[in-house]
Amino acid sequence: MNEFITKLSDYLSHSFIQYAFIVSVLIAVCSSVLGVPLVLKRFSFIGDGLSHVAFGALSIATTFSFMLRGIAYSANGREIKSETAAKLIELIADSNNMIIILPVTVIAAVLLLRTNQNAKIKGDAAVAMISVSALAIGYLLMNKFPSSSALSSDVCNTLFGSILTLQENDVMLCLILSVVVMAVFVFFYNRIFAVTFDETFSKATGIKTDHLNMLIAIITALVIVIAMKLIGSLLVSALIIFPALSSMRVYRSFRSVVICSMILSVFCSVAGIIASIFWSTPAGSTIVAVYLAAFLVFTFISFIMGRKKK
Amino acid sequence: MGTQLVCKNAALGYEGRIVAQKIDFTVSSGDYLCIMGENGSGKSTLIKAILGLKPQMSGEIKWCGDIAGREIGYLPQQTLVQRDFPASVREIVISGCLSKCSWRPFYTRKEKDLAEKNMKRLGIEGLSKRCYRDLSGGQQQRVLLARALCAAEKMLLLDEPVTGLDPKAQAEMYELIAGLNAEGVTIIMVSHDITAAVKYSSHILHIGRKKQLFFGKTEDYVNSPVGRSFLATEGGDDDE
Ligand SMILES: Nc1ncnc2c1ncn2[C@@H]1O[C@H](COP(=O)(O)OP(=O)(O)OP(=O)(O)O)[C@@H](O)[C@H]1O
Ligand SMILES: [Mg+2]
Repeated sequence: MNEFITKLSDYLSHSFIQYAFIVSVLIAVCSSVLGVPLVLKRFSFIGDGLSHVAFGALSIATTFSFMLRGIAYSANGREIKSETAAKLIELIADSNNMIIILPVTVIAAVLLLRTNQNAKIKGDAAVAMISVSALAIGYLLMNKFPSSSALSSDVCNTLFGSILTLQENDVMLCLILSVVVMAVFVFFYNRIFAVTFDETFSKATGIKTDHLNMLIAIITALVIVIAMKLIGSLLVSALIIFPALSSMRVYRSFRSVVICSMILSVFCSVAGIIASIFWSTPAGSTIVAVYLAAFLVFTFISFIMGRKKK
Repeated sequence: MGTQLVCKNAALGYEGRIVAQKIDFTVSSGDYLCIMGENGSGKSTLIKAILGLKPQMSGEIKWCGDIAGREIGYLPQQTLVQRDFPASVREIVISGCLSKCSWRPFYTRKEKDLAEKNMKRLGIEGLSKRCYRDLSGGQQQRVLLARALCAAEKMLLLDEPVTGLDPKAQAEMYELIAGLNAEGVTIIMVSHDITAAVKYSSHILHIGRKKQLFFGKTEDYVNSPVGRSFLATEGGDDDE
C-alpha cells in the first residue's frame, strides 16, 4: 500500500500525468451527463458517427497545416515583404488544429441529426456511410501527407488516444469546452428531460424541440472533440454510453441516473488512468475496460435487486 | 363565456391526402366538447392541428380571447415511452410546468406547489417517487393528465383518455374530468364512448368519413338524425 502511494505521488509530480487526470475528470463529467439523454433518445449512434468524423477532420486539419507550412516556407524564401503573412500562416498551422476539427464536427452533428429526422429508414445507413468515409479519407490523408515519420503510431494515437501527448493548451481548451457543455446542460436540464421523455407533448406546450435537439447534437460534438485526444476516436462513444446504461440498471429516476452516471464515470476514468499507469497499458482502452467492468457490476446489482423484490 | 377557439372550414390531411374536411366549430370557455367519429376519421389529426403539431391543409384554426399563446394541456392518445425509461412520477408531472418557465432554467416554489396540487387532485401524490414504467396503465394515464393540468389550467385536450382502463377506472376518469370542467377548465375530448359523451359533454362534434356530420349542443345531438342512429347502434341496449 505504501509502495502504491509513493509510486502514485511520484507519477503525479509529472505535469503530463496531472493533465491526464484533470482532462479525464472533465471529460468523464461531460460525457456521462450527456450520455443519459443521448442513450434514451436513441441518439448514441450519432456519437459513434461523430467520433469518426472528428478523426477525418483531424487528419484533414493535419494535412492542411502541413501544406500551410509548405507555403510559409516557400514564401519565406522568396520575399521578405510577406514575412508577417508567413508568420501568420505558421501560427494558424500550429494552433492545435481545432479551428478545423471543431466546426467540421459540429456541422456533421447537425447534418446527422437532420438525416435522422427526415428519413427514418435511411438515417442509420447515412451515419454508417459518413463515418466510414471519414475514417477512410482520414487514413488516406494521413498516409499521403504524414506529419511525422512515425505514421502508424500517429494513427494509433488518434484512434485509441494517448495521454502522453496532452499539452497545457489541450487542458485549457478542454476546460473551456467542458464549462460550456456543463453550463448548457444545467441550464437546459428540465427541457432536456421533457424532450427526451415525450417530444410530442413538449412541442404541443410550446418548447422549441428542434432547436433543443440541435443543441444536444452540438454539445455532443464538443464532448467528442475534447474526449478524442484522451481516449481516441474509436473508443469515445464508450464514455457516452456506458455510464448511462450502467446507472439505468439500478436507478429509476432521471435525476438519480444523471448523478449516478457522473459519479460512476469520474470514478471509472480515474481508476482507469491509475491502472494504466501501474500496468503500463494504453489509457484509453484501460478506461473503457473499467467502464465495462462497472457495467457488469451494475447489471449484477440490478439482477440481485430484481430477485429480492420477488 | 368568451370564445376560445374557432375552427373555420378546415381541411386536414397528410402529404396532400385529405383525411377530413369542412370542419367548423367554436369552443367557448367552460365548454366540454366531445369529438366523436369512427377509427381513422381524423380525430387525433384534428387535435394535432389544434395544437399546431400538424398544421391544417387549408381553412383556419384560431385561438382567441383569454387563451394567450399556449396555455393548453394535452393528453396524447398514445405516449410511446421506451422500456426502462428512468423517470419518476414527480419529474414527469412537473415537466408540464415548463411552458410557464419561458427562459428560467429551474422550477420555482410556485411550480413545485402546482405539481403537488395536481398530483393530489388526481390521487397520485403517494406515487410521486415511483418510476413511471412500473405503474399500471390507469396510474400512468393519471400521471399524464396531471402533467397536462400543470401545462394549463384553462383548456385541456384529451385524446381518448380512457383507453385501456378498466370500467371502474374509466368511470373515475370521467368523473375527474367532469370535476375539472366544473372548476372552469375547458375540455376538448376525443371519445368513442357515446354514453359517457352524452352524459358529460356540453357540445358534440361528430366527424364522419371525409366530412363533418354534426356540431352543436349535446341535447340537439341526441335528437338529430346522426345522433339518433348512432345512439341506436352503439348504446341501444340500455334503453331508457
Ligand atoms: N403520421 C401519419 N402519416 C400519414 N397518415 C396518417 C398519419 N397519422 C394518421 N394518418 C392517417 O390519417 C387518418 C386519420 O387518422 P387519425 O389518427 O386522426 O384517426 P382517429 O380518428 O384518431 O382514429 P382512432 O379512433 O383510431 O384514434 C387515418 O386514415 C390514418 O391512416
Ligand atoms: Mg385517434
